[in-house]
Amino acid sequence: MIKVLFFAALREQLNSEEISLPLDKMVTVEHVIESLVTKNPDWKTAFSHTLLCAINQEMVTKNHTVKSGDEVAFFPPVTGG
Amino acid sequence: MISVNKNAANNNTVKIAIQTADFNLADEVDLLENNNDDDGAVATFSGRVRNNNLGKSVSGLFLEHYPGMTEKSLEKIIEQAQAQWNIGRVTVIHRIGQLLVGDQIVFVGVTSKHRQDAFAACEFIMDYLKVKAPFWKKELSEGVESWLDARQSDEEKAQQWQS
Repeated sequence: MIKVLFFAALREQLNSEEISLPLDKMVTVEHVIESLVTKNPDWKTAFSHTLLCAINQEMVTKNHTVKSGDEVAFFPPVTGG
Repeated sequence: MISVNKNAANNNTVKIAIQTADFNLADEVDLLENNNDDDGAVATFSGRVRNNNLGKSVSGLFLEHYPGMTEKSLEKIIEQAQAQWNIGRVTVIHRIGQLLVGDQIVFVGVTSKHRQDAFAACEFIMDYLKVKAPFWKKELSEGVESWLDARQSDEEKAQQWQS
């Protein structure tokens, strides 16, 4: 299993802040997005926008590998300060 | 001699605070300066909520963040600054939650022996915070709430430090 978190505009678009996703093998962030969109076809638009991804609270690119137990977060480009 | 040792022990202190509460500039400068007579320079930046953005009037902001990752990313940014410049104490405060026009949002304070390192590190930390730290602003403008888009100019400003 992995824990998947959504923040800010993405959280509102999906109406979800956290879900668990079964994971039986090593995959990439890209695969995680594919499986989220397959399960929830209406999430496709939200995931077509520019998004950032963090694994275990470190920013990663979409070809980064994801393993069981990871905390994966998706969010829009940041706007603090 | 004891005070020298004490200074050494107290130097290079890093304070990171993510909070809903306001902060007091004078108190934060005191914290950077107290028992820190090694450092002659104190550079600070504070950011406030503007009453306008992109030509529209703004009445407030809501700040969301990613608890845990926010602190980690700020620690990393400060470590990068410490690696590049000879700096002493660093304080970064960022407010979250509901803020109104004129409210303080962010504080960055850096001490060093001389001004150049303090100025540069303070600006670097602020530039990197803008593009790396997981904060998001939702703006209340003319009765409508909307999430702000990231600005290309912020990304470009942060990239200048790499050249």
